[in-house]
Amino acid sequence: MKGRIIICRCNDVTLEDVEKAIDAGIDDFELLRRYLRLGFGPCQGRSCLAIAARVFARKTGKKVDEVLSGWRVRPPIVPINISAFISEGGD
Amino acid sequence: MLWWFKSPLESDRRLWEHPILSFHRGRKVKFLFEGREVEAYEGESVAVALYAAGINVYSWSPSLHRPRGPFCMIGKCSSCFMVVNGVPNVRTCREPVKDGLMVERQAGWVPPPSPHNDSIGSQSREEELRTDVLIVGGGPAGLAAAIKLSEYGLDVTLVDEHFKLGGQLLKQTHKFFGSQELFGGLRGFQVAEKLISKLREVSNVRIFTETTAFGVFRGGVVGLASRDSVVWVKPRAVIASTGAQERYLDFINNDLPGVIGAGGVQTLMNEFGVKPGEEALVVGSGNVGVIVSYQLLQAGVKVRAVLELLPEIGGWFVHAAKLRRYGVPILTSHTIKAALGSERVEGAVITAVDERFKPVEGSEEVIKCDLILLAVGLEPDARLHAQAGAVMKWVPELGGLVPVRTEYLETSVPSMYVAGDASGIEEATTAMVEGWVAALAIASKMVDGSKAEKALNELTKYNKFLWSEYRSSPVIARARKGKESVTVTQEEMERLRATYPPPIHFR
Repeated sequence: MKGRIIICRCNDVTLEDVEKAIDAGIDDFELLRRYLRLGFGPCQGRSCLAIAARVFARKTGKKVDEVLSGWRVRPPIVPINISAFISEGGD
Repeated sequence: MLWWFKSPLESDRRLWEHPILSFHRGRKVKFLFEGREVEAYEGESVAVALYAAGINVYSWSPSLHRPRGPFCMIGKCSSCFMVVNGVPNVRTCREPVKDGLMVERQAGWVPPPSPHNDSIGSQSREEELRTDVLIVGGGPAGLAAAIKLSEYGLDVTLVDEHFKLGGQLLKQTHKFFGSQELFGGLRGFQVAEKLISKLREVSNVRIFTETTAFGVFRGGVVGLASRDSVVWVKPRAVIASTGAQERYLDFINNDLPGVIGAGGVQTLMNEFGVKPGEEALVVGSGNVGVIVSYQLLQAGVKVRAVLELLPEIGGWFVHAAKLRRYGVPILTSHTIKAALGSERVEGAVITAVDERFKPVEGSEEVIKCDLILLAVGLEPDARLHAQAGAVMKWVPELGGLVPVRTEYLETSVPSMYVAGDASGIEEATTAMVEGWVAALAIASKMVDGSKAEKALNELTKYNKFLWSEYRSSPVIARARKGKESVTVTQEEMERLRATYPPPIHFR
């Protein structure tokens, strides 16, 4: 198995991916998240968000608070059964 | 023998003897793992039973196809997802074992079956519910709050994602400090037993287990989803005591099965009596790191070393001294560089670091082990507050993002409270006291006359204890500093609400 440093276990995002993206010019954390799908998996960023925010803060010289200021949590905040959203047809 | 016969899984990592614990196992149940029979005990989760049966790989990751095993064991991460009875992406760490379940590994994110597939079940039942107080999370804070509110005669609804109440108290096997009221002298899981049995005696607390609060919506409605129903709750107040998750660490092969959170290991060995491995490396020498190392020794696991990035040991001296007596090396100014192995940890590369935490060249060393514990701290899980629009603040001393609150633990979303680790990482004792504080703040507003006065008196007493007594101890000065930095006066809170108008109101 190739040695890799995994940041986001859900979507297989590596530390290298994060650093490369920042080096390539991504200077907004929300943009980075959308580009790499960090925190878009079923754990909703519970593993990756803090590590990624710290890496981003370190590389861009920003404060973590600032980095996360655009982060929004949307429902459902955890995966739930799809049947919860299935309603009877008709109207 | 028929050629398609598959032998049952016969290895058993369960502990049958332990110096301080006895494990009360339920009735035997049998289920199938990829066609092979697995024996388990009622009360275990699928993830625990498979671990006990010697399974290391639970899934393969979506794009790099890397093997993954369980990590957090409490339903926060995504590493134990499997296909159960045809339904993919089931969190097996909180899926109870049952006779006849069919469990398979999954590769990547398997799309859910079509709604017409029988395995997904029919449309959920929908219900609406009014309650005085909704409590999200049945750990120490939530349980304490529920009991307190019931004493004041309020109608309480308590939800928890797990099939058991008690939260992380269930895996705490050390004895608590403090007075009888604070359960001093009891072990954490005994505290949970006491709280839960008290809760079963009262009639005004409605309990939903295996139920997730998935969002707060306009009109002050909270959505609860369980296996086969959705309940739309309209509470007059909410206490979200949603706990914490384990912090992850970046090193090579940090996702290899056998790299497990320290809390995940505690769930396996302390709560369910499953030996997590034979030889362990512990990363982090804070209190969790040193306590869990001792618990590993009690479970018969050899602890090869405890690593600490800083030049000093982080945990309390008594715990560290105990480890030293057992000959466990605590290596300060050291960190992990890589996990070795293909489908399970077989070793680790460690390295010394300099005063700027950079690896010292030539100091690398290989340690043979089959288990790597990450004890590098916890992070509050206050997503429900964040989603509801509460003003949040990043507080390193508390482990991450937490809601700004008044001394009564009310956030900038009026009538939405926070208690326990979700308010910033501390410990079970402070979590229970915070549960009481939030409950009493709510009770003082919802009940009348002399009862309201009594609630206020109790509230003052507990807040005084929290701030002037408990948190004055120098060993928790860091947490105190953190909590001070997010606690604002009522006037400051009103100003915050004027600047960031709360989108949700509970009535």
